[in-house]
Amino acid sequence: MSQERSQAARRLRFEIFRFNPEDENSVPHTDVFEIDETPFMSLYIALNKIRETQDPGLQFDFVCRSATCGSCGMMVNGRPALACRTLTADLPESIQLYPLPVFKLVGDLSVDTGTWFRGMSERTEAWIHERAAFDPEAEEERMSDDIAEAIYEGDRCIECGCCVASCGVANVDADFLAGAGLNRVARFMMDPRDQRSDADWFDIVAGEQGVFGCVGMMACADVCPKELPLLEVNAYLRRRALGARFLKRDRGG
Amino acid sequence: MIARLETTDVLVIGAGLAGERCAIEAAAAGHEAMILSLVPPRRSHSCAAQGGMQASLGNCVKAEGDGPIVHFLDTVRGSDWGADQEVASIFAEEAPVAVRELAHFGVPWSRVRGGRNHYFIKGEEVEIEEALENDGLIGQRDFGGTAKWRACYAAAGTGHAALYAVDSEVVRLGVTVRDRTEAVALIHDGSRCLGAVVRCLRTGRHFAVMAKATVIATGGYGRIYGQYTSNATINEGTGASIALDTGIVPLGNMEAVQFHPTTLSPSGILVTEGCRGDGGFLLDKNLHRFMVEAEPKKQELASRDVVSRHMVQCIRDGNGIDSPYGPHLWLDIRHLGEEHLRTKLLEVWDICRDFAGLNPAEKLVPVRPTQHYSMGGVRVNKDGEAYGLAGLFAVGEAACWDMHGFNRLGGNSLAETLVSGRLVGRRVAEHASGFALRTDTGHAFDAIAAAEQRATDWMSRSGGGPSIYEIRDALGEIMMGKVGIFRNGTELQDAVTGIQVLLNDCDNAVLRCKDPGVNPELAFALRLKGMLRLAMTVALGAEARTESRGAHFRSDFPLRNDQDWLNRTLVRWAEHDSAPSFAYEPTGLIDLPPGHRGYGSDERIEMTASIDSHNESVLREQTGHGRLESADPMGSRLRRGAWKSVAQ
Repeated sequence: MSQERSQAARRLRFEIFRFNPEDENSVPHTDVFEIDETPFMSLYIALNKIRETQDPGLQFDFVCRSATCGSCGMMVNGRPALACRTLTADLPESIQLYPLPVFKLVGDLSVDTGTWFRGMSERTEAWIHERAAFDPEAEEERMSDDIAEAIYEGDRCIECGCCVASCGVANVDADFLAGAGLNRVARFMMDPRDQRSDADWFDIVAGEQGVFGCVGMMACADVCPKELPLLEVNAYLRRRALGARFLKRDRGG
Repeated sequence: MIARLETTDVLVIGAGLAGERCAIEAAAAGHEAMILSLVPPRRSHSCAAQGGMQASLGNCVKAEGDGPIVHFLDTVRGSDWGADQEVASIFAEEAPVAVRELAHFGVPWSRVRGGRNHYFIKGEEVEIEEALENDGLIGQRDFGGTAKWRACYAAAGTGHAALYAVDSEVVRLGVTVRDRTEAVALIHDGSRCLGAVVRCLRTGRHFAVMAKATVIATGGYGRIYGQYTSNATINEGTGASIALDTGIVPLGNMEAVQFHPTTLSPSGILVTEGCRGDGGFLLDKNLHRFMVEAEPKKQELASRDVVSRHMVQCIRDGNGIDSPYGPHLWLDIRHLGEEHLRTKLLEVWDICRDFAGLNPAEKLVPVRPTQHYSMGGVRVNKDGEAYGLAGLFAVGEAACWDMHGFNRLGGNSLAETLVSGRLVGRRVAEHASGFALRTDTGHAFDAIAAAEQRATDWMSRSGGGPSIYEIRDALGEIMMGKVGIFRNGTELQDAVTGIQVLLNDCDNAVLRCKDPGVNPELAFALRLKGMLRLAMTVALGAEARTESRGAHFRSDFPLRNDQDWLNRTLVRWAEHDSAPSFAYEPTGLIDLPPGHRGYGSDERIEMTASIDSHNESVLREQTGHGRLESADPMGSRLRRGAWKSVAQ
């Protein structure tokens, strides 16, 4: 791993995108900052150091700083990544940082992922479409641990937006569900508690902004920091969308 | 452009599990609810809770015989008798419902696998046959300080799964969430809370939200410990701080601060207690399991306060492992095997890889105790309503409800967020139903003007004053160094003096960023004074409390003192007063008499007053300290004497 690499002190050169939409004098540009690398330095440490010692106006987002909350997605040398878990030792001396594309810019490296993900959740109705109301007196419905593990795998998305930013389709159509959205659909589709039928799912999954809008470059799977099996998700959704029920209905129509 | 004044029925400040669950309850009752959040809701710190949520479902062999009464006993003992026992009882009774409700919302809880299962218990690999008829029920794992396996879990991402499920209900119900906003002051008329002044963290503009009921659900104040915390960067105690500013609402037990035994060294990132629950060991530099001698009965699974103290003692005895970042100890989970680590503890696997560059199936994990949880917070009655201000509620870690007393058990806080979110949410909804929205805007405009003035003052100050980041870092060093795991009078006095210097520095600090908009330096500066004031209440409270109870350990007063200190610290501090004022109220009705916790020291100073005479004074004294009347009378939900049937 990275920290076993030689830690001969390097001088790191950061080229960082800058734009403050709230400042009428601000124009998009890049600023250059230099700092000395320290052992185990992550972009979380580096960016805070730059803000605290060189430019206190620099905007970026970190919350958990443990690759759990998904706040700190940004373009690191042209590739979407979670900044908190990106170690400078894994990068060349010259580091370019840009905000994630597709999402609305808040300022500098900070983007509005919250609005995009809430919109995606609303469009796909990403909640359990239940059956009966909750009965506080009743024992829980049973589920096999294998199914629970499979659902959990899909539930692990942290909504960082790296897959969306990497997606060629989402970059021209921000409403495309992209890796995170398709994964979310699959997560509910495989959940036996969700009572939606294939027909209910059809419009969500099979439209242009669903799985058939994907042109198959699969950058999403390459950049996902949680290593979600997005390729399998894609295959699962295509299989379901082309399932017997639809074919039968189409023939009948 | 945001209007300067907005209205809603219920205003919830904070979009973690407690706040969102509370908002759901209000929305489901037909009220308009608005949630304010510093960050998109799913980024709230609830998402970082890993190992489990305590609820006495009793579904697996090692959980047999569990129930709310055993859970109540563990919680009160864990609190070192600092908890309100009625609240602990309500909590233990409703936790199973909260876990099952989360299953209904979609949480993929790990399930019992009927048949042969392999577990590690106290260093031994054991084989246990789980009943086939329990197959598919919600499973439990072991955690610290509990008599039974009780922690329900979804791998090591329990908080994440819970938060996503609860937020999906928020989306389903169409509850408005205003992310990137911060409540910077409460609006009140001296006896009733009318809403909050809010700063938009996109534009920097201030506005007011007027509400029938306002709920503080902003989480803990761990960031007053600087880098020495497992908490997220946003856990700066902003909700407790704006309550303190009123001078009317007291904060409870601010000196009760939890240190988690196993955070990654040096980053402070949490490594779940579930590692030890699933059979992990703590080792010193000689690869010796020091906890076996220190706590023969519970070993690595004593309560967090006890384990953290043994770890620091082990390091002080020269048995830590030196590193450039200071000494640490080892967590050994190698024997759990890669398959277990990559399923049931997947997030731990990821964290070890990403932040320590190691494979925990092959290598030891460097850990040390770090600030983790704030037992103290906005003091509320059992309905979650704040002392002193009608219409103000607090819930979750931000509140001092107070089921944790001086030490919270692992997995109890995640359960608290949902249990109290449901319960307080119902009270909030009732409150909102019985009250017409007041639109006397004078208080609101005054409060907006005051908030804007604070920002203007920061922006207009010039010269060569200290940097706000230096003040923040100095505060962290003081808090961890002198208000940490082992405390004493001399160091606490030093801490108070040091924090006072920082408070003065804060009034002279100068911003270097004059950018319009949110201005990240200004955003932090506006919180800094509040953090210093919270830190002062922690240090002063710790200095005054001349006993040791739970996580508050005084080397100069090492015994728990039930004669003089079976009480709760209350502190009030109006924004412009120079010093806080302290008062003490009885902890609450006592049902389980003070005794030995079953781990840690069995020495203490016994109370001489009778429990009956203590209990007689509780309602009168708490009311005298500002407690508002609860919907049901005090004590109505205490199951008196029920513990006698199960106590061991």
